[in-house]
Amino acid sequence: MRLQDHILVPKHEILKEEEVEKLLKLLGVSKEQLPKIKVTDPIVKEIGAKAGDIIKITRKSPTAGVSIFYRFVVE
Amino acid sequence: MYPKKISTIKFEVLSPQEIRRMSVAKLNNPETYDDDGFPVESGLMDTRLGVIDPGLKCKTCGGKAGECPGHFGHIELAAPVVHVGYAKIIARLLSGTCRECGRILLKDERRDKFIREIERLKALGQSYEEVLKEVFRLTKAAKKCPHCGAEQIEIKFEKPTSFYEILDPEKKEEQKLTPKDVRERLEKIINEDLLPFGLDPKAVRAEWFVLTVLPVPPVTVRPSIILETGQRSEDDLTHKLVDIIRINQRFIENRDAGAPQQILEDLWELLQYHVTTYLDNEVSGIPPARHRSGRPLKTLAQRLKGKDGRFRGSLSGKRVNFSARTVISPDPCISIGEVGVPEEVAKELSVPIFVTPNNIEVAREFVLRKQSPKASYVIRPDGKRIRVIDTNQEEIAEKLEPGWIVERELMDGDIVLFNRQPSLHRMSIMAHHVRVLPYKTFRLNPAVCPPYNADFDGDEMNLHVPQSLEAQAEAKILMAVQEHILSPRFGGPILGGIHDHITGLYLLTRGEKKFEKEDAMEFLRAVDLSEIPAKDEYMGKEIFSFILPKISIKFKAEICQGCAICKEESCENDAYVIIENGKMLKGTIDEKAVGAFKGIVIDEIMRKFGSSITKKFIDDMTKLAIRVITRLGFTIGIDDEDIPKEAVQQIEETISEAEKRVEELIRAYKEGNLEPMPGRSLEETLELRIMQELGKARDRAGKIAGRYLGMDNSAVIMAVSGARGSMLNLTQMAACIGQQSVRGERITRGYAYTHRTTSHFRSMDLGSKARGFVRSSYKSGLSPIEFFFHAAGGREGLVDTAVRTSQSGYLQRRMINALQDLKVEYDGTVREQTSGVIVQFKYGEDGVDPMKSFRGKAVDVKRIIREIMEVKE
Repeated sequence: MRLQDHILVPKHEILKEEEVEKLLKLLGVSKEQLPKIKVTDPIVKEIGAKAGDIIKITRKSPTAGVSIFYRFVVE
Repeated sequence: MYPKKISTIKFEVLSPQEIRRMSVAKLNNPETYDDDGFPVESGLMDTRLGVIDPGLKCKTCGGKAGECPGHFGHIELAAPVVHVGYAKIIARLLSGTCRECGRILLKDERRDKFIREIERLKALGQSYEEVLKEVFRLTKAAKKCPHCGAEQIEIKFEKPTSFYEILDPEKKEEQKLTPKDVRERLEKIINEDLLPFGLDPKAVRAEWFVLTVLPVPPVTVRPSIILETGQRSEDDLTHKLVDIIRINQRFIENRDAGAPQQILEDLWELLQYHVTTYLDNEVSGIPPARHRSGRPLKTLAQRLKGKDGRFRGSLSGKRVNFSARTVISPDPCISIGEVGVPEEVAKELSVPIFVTPNNIEVAREFVLRKQSPKASYVIRPDGKRIRVIDTNQEEIAEKLEPGWIVERELMDGDIVLFNRQPSLHRMSIMAHHVRVLPYKTFRLNPAVCPPYNADFDGDEMNLHVPQSLEAQAEAKILMAVQEHILSPRFGGPILGGIHDHITGLYLLTRGEKKFEKEDAMEFLRAVDLSEIPAKDEYMGKEIFSFILPKISIKFKAEICQGCAICKEESCENDAYVIIENGKMLKGTIDEKAVGAFKGIVIDEIMRKFGSSITKKFIDDMTKLAIRVITRLGFTIGIDDEDIPKEAVQQIEETISEAEKRVEELIRAYKEGNLEPMPGRSLEETLELRIMQELGKARDRAGKIAGRYLGMDNSAVIMAVSGARGSMLNLTQMAACIGQQSVRGERITRGYAYTHRTTSHFRSMDLGSKARGFVRSSYKSGLSPIEFFFHAAGGREGLVDTAVRTSQSGYLQRRMINALQDLKVEYDGTVREQTSGVIVQFKYGEDGVDPMKSFRGKAVDVKRIIREIMEVKE
């Protein structure tokens, strides 16, 4: 069973290299200043992200419709 | 320049070498000053430790008083003494290590496991206190040293600083360990064995917990004060240090003279006592050291601890200048954006005028004025302050030029910050404009009470005068009262009419009331209106419309009965408010329209016209309402709750019937005929049914009373319009107070062993009377037993409030500490200020400012549709 198929688990995807650069430039931060997620996190394992990657999470929000979060994968 | 970042703070224990190294003088003279008033060499006021008297120079750095920061000295203790603050860890170390070889009473593998566990928890930033406890528990129980095989003797720690070895637990044979013994044992512990006790051998050696040398703080830390009589009065710390030196010297003398062991031991004890109280004078188990007057001395720990200590009193809390505090009282005639300041306060507080070529004439005028507001001081560019008095004002005015600062008394129109504690939200500090008034209280418009949560039963408030132009501008733009009409808590108005405002407008707008021209003019006198159509009579709704900005809105008022189908325009209660283009057509203005926290009309004006028009509306509304209620007259008295005999009769009957039904329920329960409700025990069922029955009885009694208290009753008017009180309050006054409860149950506690609440009842009586049902009304008065139950129920409420405020206060404090560095940046992200770490990518997921939201929702769809439709038309 895929975790992402569960209705309560929002969409997780690994950000591509150029997207990462764009994002960090937009926010004006280094990777370490983003919120973190552990590589051992089940969802991280499932999408196959490695430490150093950035994950984009697209959540449904009752007030904003869709809300986007980023997580920096750490050991 | 970037601020430097602190990466870590590490606490260590001062080693004896460190203490000697930082010391500039070895002190051994108990005298402080000689007969000529000069500090004695090697005494506690030695000039090498710094100077406090003007004229003297520090022998260490050459600085004069005020320049020299002070330097530490030291006392060589003739015999070691235990440091009270470390006594507990010493106890753990003593009972955890071998008395022969000094190794920890654990096998190496066991020890290393604990070390790793502590390391792990440290890395996670978690508390490892539990591991330390476990180590203590295990090592304490060890009978034999696993390293050298020596038998272990149990250590007894007697607070605050004594240690004993229990040689024979049965015969109670004990051997005291002197601090010297203790120190020798601690010296034997190897570095690796310190880790499982939570000590870092790089920072601490165990034997440093027993003092052999005592650091003496510089004189600047403990300055003596000179009394009016010319006598010197030494600081408490100096007193204590004198005691220590005196005993220390006596110990040396006695030891050198070969005094008996007993005398030396007594002196040693005494030295231990003095050092202990020097460090902390509130240690339990020993009497606190006292001043000659009998006052306990304030020693090191007392300087730091508690509310007035260094941390809470001096570092986090500071006193401010340019502030005032006094009792508040209401003044409906001033604007909500104003605050009435007593003349006396206005004369004391000052605002600086920074003199420029543009304002020099204004500044000069203030200097020359003979009456308030006048200049109180001028400050020259070289920083000299000159007081402006009658004799020098002309001279100063002459000399005045750009670059000077004129300090002027507070006057009308100045901007000040006004605050009421507890400052729980940002509306607790708002900017007001000054209105200098006679008498001695701060005056504020009652409509600003809700955001401050103020009333006038003796509340005091603080006032601060911003001193720089930046601060004044910021206060005016960001903190002004009108900028806080909408609350960031729920996106609705927090400011609004209270009590009489609501009653007044209710009386004005209810129904088709007509007012004579004279009355109408009186109502509108205080309101600034340019034009009023000439008429002989005015409708109440019409008068209210005069102050309304051009808004259109429809809503159900507070007095709405909640009919199944709303008849809207044709509501017979006149509870459906229709305002079209600033004209009030239908309905009644009450709490729902203009009340604080509710105020739909205020909300609408705020959204459509912004803060300054809303401010004017609230000002006009309060003035109008107060004039209406004053002219019409409004009063309540005890006889307002009088109800006719037949009503009393009916109420009596209703309650008696209910009580009879309760009796029946109890009989059914006792006979076992009571059917339990699903998921409830028989007892619970009975309780619930009884509560239900009695609740219903009270409601019915209330309805009966309500029938005789018509809509012309003042108390009823206040209850239905939402001005003050509720129908329940009226029921309790007129008809029946009802069931008293503690913890949501009928009152069952009292004589627990006889199963009754008071001695007036039989054991196990479950009847309504015996369990706290009060059938009397407040007006008729309570029977003594009823009164007792009522007090029990009332007490619970008081306890709850007391508990809740302390709990929520602490919660608030923790929240503020956790969130204080977070800031919403201009790009909508929430970041930590120092590290730049992102906490939220968009504030609150949606980036909505709750103050600008529509009652918490991001968009008010209905409103948008309505506005578009209006444009189309």
